[in-house]
Amino acid sequence: MESNILVVDDSAAIRKILQRVLRQTGMSIHTIHEAGDGQEALVVLGAQKVDLVLSDINMPKMDGLQLLASIKASAQWRQIPVVMITTEGGETKVSEAVKLGAAGYVRKPFTADQIKEKLAGILEPALPL
Amino acid sequence: MNLNEIIVKSVTGSTLQVFSTMLGVDIAAGEAAVESGMPDGNEGVVSFIGMAGSWAGTGSVSCSPAMACRICAQMLMCEAPAVNEEVLDTVAELTNMIVGSVKTDLEQHLGPLGLSIPTVVYGRNFKTKSAGTTEWIVVRFRWDDEPLTVKLCLEPKEQAAHVMFHTSSTQSCALEV
Repeated sequence: MESNILVVDDSAAIRKILQRVLRQTGMSIHTIHEAGDGQEALVVLGAQKVDLVLSDINMPKMDGLQLLASIKASAQWRQIPVVMITTEGGETKVSEAVKLGAAGYVRKPFTADQIKEKLAGILEPALPL
Repeated sequence: MNLNEIIVKSVTGSTLQVFSTMLGVDIAAGEAAVESGMPDGNEGVVSFIGMAGSWAGTGSVSCSPAMACRICAQMLMCEAPAVNEEVLDTVAELTNMIVGSVKTDLEQHLGPLGLSIPTVVYGRNFKTKSAGTTEWIVVRFRWDDEPLTVKLCLEPKEQAAHVMFHTSSTQSCALEV
């Protein structure tokens, strides 16, 4: 089944890189939506079917942790896995994200393999033996 | 190892790693130095990120317009013939990754630190000064013949200022970092 992914980052450069990297992973992806901050992401979530959110933490207006909390507080969206992509490698932000229900995190700088490894287990669960 | 040596090691490692991972190129690390006083005039692209916590300061990346375009073209795999919004955004993100990685390293020694959103300046004949800061740790790199400089100033919080002044021959403005 093809997935729809929402990429949230205030950097257009990172959104562009993630578009390319996600296509390179070979995973079954239908559409990659983009948002520049948490507020924009909520608008996209309200209008589109999204199977996974890939979000930066440090963003203006509404940051990634606030977005994650909003998604997990919503009966409609709480099942959508959220993976954080961040330069914030410190324990504080990562623990906070995990506590709020993040499905995982990837540190910038990242490779295509790291993104694939993180998302494959979430979007394409292992086949039964 | 003292704090300056830790910072130089972290800046060097982080910069090399970001270029290797995100651009697929190996750049050369050059000399590191501590510089004090008013820096020389800038020409080109300078990106800043503020750091705050029990210690506070600023990290910056500066390079020529040609180098900024080359970074953008390599990182986004696109044409970048002149400095535009996409080029500035790419340099900002590069700075975010380098300083973010340094911040993570330093948190082991200095406790939790926060990062601001990056600010990028592009122009000619402008000077930058972080109010209250007297010393910058400067690490120079080269990608082929083009230089790129990464700087960091960091002080215990009570000594750090939170306003950076950008001045040129014709105007000046205060910029929150």
